[in-house]
Amino acid sequence: MLVNEKPAVMEQPMLSVRGLKKVYKTDGGDVEAVRNLTFDLRPGELACLVGPSGSGKTTLLKCISGLMTPTEGEVLLDGTRVVGPPKKMAVVFQEYGRSLFPWMRVRQNVELPLKNQGVPKAERDRLVDEALEAVGLAHVPHSYPWQLSGGMQQRVAIARAVAYQPEVLLMDEPFAAVDAQTRADLEDLIRTVWKKLRVTVLFVTHDIDESVYLGERVIILSSSPTVIQEDIIIDLPEDRDQLNTRALPRFTELRHHVYEQIQLAKKGHRPAAAVVS
Amino acid sequence: MTWLKSLAYLVGLPLLLMLIWWAATLGRPNFFFPAPGILMDTFGEVWFGERILSDVLPSLGRLLTGVAAAIGIGIAAGLLIGSIKWLRALLEPTLEFFRAVPPPVLVPVLMLLMGITDSMKVVVIISGCIWPVLLNTIEGVRAVDGVLSDSARTYGVAGWARVRYLVLPSASPQIMAGIRQCLSIGLILMVISEMFASSSGLGFTIVQFQRSFAIPEMWSGIIVLGLIGVAMSFIFQWTERRVLRWYHGQKEVENAG
Repeated sequence: MLVNEKPAVMEQPMLSVRGLKKVYKTDGGDVEAVRNLTFDLRPGELACLVGPSGSGKTTLLKCISGLMTPTEGEVLLDGTRVVGPPKKMAVVFQEYGRSLFPWMRVRQNVELPLKNQGVPKAERDRLVDEALEAVGLAHVPHSYPWQLSGGMQQRVAIARAVAYQPEVLLMDEPFAAVDAQTRADLEDLIRTVWKKLRVTVLFVTHDIDESVYLGERVIILSSSPTVIQEDIIIDLPEDRDQLNTRALPRFTELRHHVYEQIQLAKKGHRPAAAVVS
Repeated sequence: MTWLKSLAYLVGLPLLLMLIWWAATLGRPNFFFPAPGILMDTFGEVWFGERILSDVLPSLGRLLTGVAAAIGIGIAAGLLIGSIKWLRALLEPTLEFFRAVPPPVLVPVLMLLMGITDSMKVVVIISGCIWPVLLNTIEGVRAVDGVLSDSARTYGVAGWARVRYLVLPSASPQIMAGIRQCLSIGLILMVISEMFASSSGLGFTIVQFQRSFAIPEMWSGIIVLGLIGVAMSFIFQWTERRVLRWYHGQKEVENAG
């Protein structure tokens, strides 16, 4: 199998996850959601994180975003340890219907984080306009989120993240709840936004096709207790489109490979390194 | 045409009831149920004079002060108690106890403590009105959606901004439900607070009329109370529609989908 392992990282990573472990204390005993995860994201990298369901993807994302404290290990953002939600990080959640403020109009939703940071009005207006334009929603600034379709609501959430000008953008299965066609559009939107802004993106998904189509790199998680199963480079052309890219033999090959790995993970196969540690 | 139609719906039933009342009293004068005509005359005589200044407005003033204070204190305390877990655990049993005490029994006690004053009457109103607002606010604050809360946190919306942009609007449907109850309780307590050892106010005047067998006057006072209730309800609905426009809209969309 012709799969490139990730190259040695030379520069300072933008996001660094070191020996992350998360154990939930419950009445029925401890549940180990994540055992030991270590990986780095270079500045401007677009990486997808896939894993079988229940592999602790959301737990990992919550730890990275500072919403949850890891049991062991640490997360570094641009060299600084994450202890709470960092300023230069934006998160797009799966539940678009519950992540936008229903009492605010589209524009106010996108504007709120900037307003809260004390960004001056003129600057704010410019950033909000640009963000809404970038996600193709310049025409509905005065609608309420719930007046829009699911895909459009998720666009608003993306616009809010973009306007915030984060250095790292985390996305937690953002397209899992939208229909297939909308999903394809939104995938292309993410590629476009990423190419334009060169922000570091960590995109969590359970969809293998999506991870290969979107990512420059795919990190495959094992089943719970979670470690990294494999970390591969997606050497597809930078300009991707839904028809041609997905028809490339290389796409099929990579997809095949990731699929196999996930199947292995589901069966409980664990990479050698994890067994040793 | 539509406003004419809504006007017809608005006054249709009251007019019909008046008509029935008029028909029922026709030719059979009853001391306790005066005919609508007599009542109308009495209504004008009794209430469009100096009683507006001496009884109606002071009563309304106390009602509004009490209700406004109950809403203000209820929301502020509710935000605090709802947000702080240990405070909630500490206070909730006690709050349940105080809520269970019927406010009218406080009137004699407060009379002893504060005398027969305006403040006493306002305190009676507050003591009954605050509970639905307070308890609903606590519930509303507790029920803030987890994902929404996480979203706010990741964007650094914390402290007062969190209260203003997240907690308060999120709890507003429950708070408004509490205010609705608070208004009707307020009107009842306004009357009750004026029935004991008082010398002015709507409640006092109506009891006075009743005791002196001024039956049409008594009925006219009850009508004044009813009209105040209706006016409050209209103002409330008007405000509620504006404050909760997003909430009703969202519910409609959910129900349609």
